[in-house]
Amino acid sequence: MSKPKLALYWAASCGGCEIAVVRLYAKILDVADAFDIVLWPCIMDFKYKDVEVLPDKSIDLCLFNGAIRNSEQEHMAHLLREKSKVLVAFGACAHTGGIPGLANVADRETIFQRVYHDTPSTANGDGVRPQLSYQVPEGELTLPKFYDTVRTLAQVVPVEYFVPGCPPVKEQVEGVIQAVVEGRLPAPGSVVGASDKTVCDNCTRVREEKRIRRFYRPWEIVPDPSRCLLEQGVICAGPATRGGCGAPCLSVNMPCRGCYGPPPNVVDQGGKLLSALASIIDSQDPAEIERVVDAIPDVLGTCYLFGLPASLLRRVRLEGNALPAKEAVELAKAL
Amino acid sequence: MAVPPDNWEPRIVGFLCNWCAYQGADLAGTSRMTYAPNVRIVRVMCTGRIDPTFVLKAFQSGADGVIVAGCHPGDCHYTEGNYNTMRRTALLRRLLSQMGIEPERFRLEWVSAGEGAKWAQIADEMAAAIKAKGPLAWWENVREA
Repeated sequence: MSKPKLALYWAASCGGCEIAVVRLYAKILDVADAFDIVLWPCIMDFKYKDVEVLPDKSIDLCLFNGAIRNSEQEHMAHLLREKSKVLVAFGACAHTGGIPGLANVADRETIFQRVYHDTPSTANGDGVRPQLSYQVPEGELTLPKFYDTVRTLAQVVPVEYFVPGCPPVKEQVEGVIQAVVEGRLPAPGSVVGASDKTVCDNCTRVREEKRIRRFYRPWEIVPDPSRCLLEQGVICAGPATRGGCGAPCLSVNMPCRGCYGPPPNVVDQGGKLLSALASIIDSQDPAEIERVVDAIPDVLGTCYLFGLPASLLRRVRLEGNALPAKEAVELAKAL
Repeated sequence: MAVPPDNWEPRIVGFLCNWCAYQGADLAGTSRMTYAPNVRIVRVMCTGRIDPTFVLKAFQSGADGVIVAGCHPGDCHYTEGNYNTMRRTALLRRLLSQMGIEPERFRLEWVSAGEGAKWAQIADEMAAAIKAKGPLAWWENVREA
């Protein structure tokens, strides 16, 4: 009997998810034993045409990491959807947009202006910008179209499963691959490789009473490693984040930043985190409340660090006057 | 952003607490006060019940404005639900500005059961302010990629 076919693809992401698979160490050999790898551009040489010639639904499992930010990634998402029986949004970027999704605070023009002209390290005297098409003596050269908005994989094509995490932790990746090999998969649409509780459920710190009068940024304080970080005023996304990661950040005295996405039944992770942060402020005085929240310099970036494209609003307003974080704080003070 | 049609009217979602603001709006009605009909009222037991997600969902679903109204500080039927809302609002205002939703589009007001006239005035003011701003039309933000 032929082995099931496996594909891994990399869109708008850092490559950490590929490393998360390689980091299975010796077990990667079990993966190679169990599957016939038909696409994995990160570690083996493949071309688009190798995928295009495959019959539809011939790939048994496709682990797709990365968000969709240009036309090439969108094309590959559609192509791999056609060719795959089970398409998995693997890692935070494919699941909720991830760090690349923070680009939704800007648009294409703003990003191009910054990247090709304004950054101090850019020397671009001729003002060259990427063109979709360019004629050279040998023929036409083309580049993918860069979109205004970063989308999650499921906002582009239907997806069977979601494996959250930036990157997904090793134990969970092992578990997911094992489940696929043994054919133990839950109902389509499920989040796999994670728990149904929050990160707080994985966290071993002592929790007493959450009442704070000041928020600290991680560099402003050396927190007590045995006590809940929120109770010490350090912003921790644990209460608004799906668990199953084992809380590795908490174990090194750093707060959760929310990479596993919203817990079950939470529609908007940032809204929930915002609500949780507000509720621990120990004050009934509007002026003092303003002073306390002033210590959070970027509410959007804090609440939606990994999930802006998957949030209700998905991005800042195009053709509107979205304010940079600093000005938003100043405006709130003036009101 | 498309130019609004001449007969465009702002759609405002109002989350009003059962004990004060909703009674205030009721009083405006039973007193036969005339005021802008743009606010669609959702009655909740307490402003403390209003998850920031409700506000975001309203904007995402096409609201041009959202108003949250509850008991005056110190008057909450559940002692301090409205203080929770006060704290959330401080953060939510900053988030909405960063998202490009102008401050005129989101208000938090304290309206007691006796303040029918105050409610009518707030509804008028908000409808006028948002009319001046034009439609929010959030869905246009996510049309393309």
